[in-house]
Amino acid sequence: MASSPQAAGELAAIKVHGLTRESFLLRSTLAAGTAYGALSATPYITRALAQSGVTDIDIANYALTLEYLESKFYEMGVKTVKGLSADDTKLAKKIRDDEVAHVDALISLIKSAGGKPAARPTFDFGGAFASPAAFLKTANVLEDTGVSAYNGAGTLIKSVDVLGAAGSIVQIEARHAALIRLTRNKPPAPLAFDKASQMATVLKAVKPFIKA
Amino acid sequence: MTDSALRELADDPSSRKRFFKMLGGAGAVSAATVLIAACGDDKKKNTTTAGAAASTKNADADNASDLKIVNYALTLEYLEATFYQEVLDSGVIKDKKIGDLAKALADTEQQHVDALIATAKSLGGTPATKPKTKFQDTIAKGATTILMTAATVENLGAAAYLGQAGNIKSKDILAAALSIHSVEARHAAALNMLVGRGFGDGKGGLEGSLPDGAFGKPMDMAAVLKAVAPFIAS
Repeated sequence: MASSPQAAGELAAIKVHGLTRESFLLRSTLAAGTAYGALSATPYITRALAQSGVTDIDIANYALTLEYLESKFYEMGVKTVKGLSADDTKLAKKIRDDEVAHVDALISLIKSAGGKPAARPTFDFGGAFASPAAFLKTANVLEDTGVSAYNGAGTLIKSVDVLGAAGSIVQIEARHAALIRLTRNKPPAPLAFDKASQMATVLKAVKPFIKA
Repeated sequence: MTDSALRELADDPSSRKRFFKMLGGAGAVSAATVLIAACGDDKKKNTTTAGAAASTKNADADNASDLKIVNYALTLEYLEATFYQEVLDSGVIKDKKIGDLAKALADTEQQHVDALIATAKSLGGTPATKPKTKFQDTIAKGATTILMTAATVENLGAAAYLGQAGNIKSKDILAAALSIHSVEARHAAALNMLVGRGFGDGKGGLEGSLPDGAFGKPMDMAAVLKAVAPFIAS
């Protein structure tokens, strides 16, 4: 499953010129995965590369993996974190329910498009549940990352329906991000233009949370 | 390890690079340029079966369609920017925290206006003119009404961008619209909370623009323009 050092060399030698944008992004993702050991052989990435282009199903599975991460984070957080205020608990539960709904919606979408939903990884959130502050800080990072991930993937989506679904989910991720930021006395919208991150960057950022 | 990776993510300016590159700004090189070049290749690939004349015609139609959407977005951003500027100028807001928020919102919406003007020009079009607005009665009613109106307008803005995402032809303009859409959503959520519209309680009465669940709701152009009509003078 894991990529070999030779594979990393091959990837590094690949010229960008002449590749489709999709396969360029994928090779970047794979190269980063190899270098950092991050999700290097996730099935949707390898399958997508074999098809030399990211399909909408691959993007939906990428989103599904992030939603699995978020939903598990809030499920565990509301049970584990000691001393979370009543308001913050209410917000965390509401967000948990939204993330679970996103997981369900993406699984249905992938199945209806004839794809196979990615398996739920095992997560390790480290010290994120040690205190309300640690929990909210990690929530802040996950929500901002979610927004940038959807915004980055949006332009790769081919189907108008899948784009509509991604758009309606990212709008909620952005709302979550703003509300979590407010609980931390941070500006809810720190930038006039939200970021769009590439898959490789996002996968690298969430890698520490993924055990298997 | 976690922190440095996250910091790198936080510093990833790819959307803005792409966007400002599209607007002809300096400084966008390397990966961003490669991506944009590849975008162009994809478009060509998609239209190779058509004759040269036909594909020019298609490109013109796509351009005109995108220009219409950009000018629609510009009109909404003008409304927002004008509203916040008039609120600031009125001196009605005494609370420092709300005043700071209004300043931040005014600044952000003005950046959206400037970017959309540049985008309309980059499409070879004429940017929509600034609409004459009617916010004075709203502003005269004070802070609570101002914040309620701001929440309404931001929720409409988010629903408006979401409603157009699937209609946009240019990938670069889609990237820009997405990066503005999520900012409008952040504003909407923060203002909803400030005015006591519980998150997700579905009691906004905003014709679908206030999400009552896990999915944002789009609005089409006609519905949005009808909803903002009371704020437009001419």
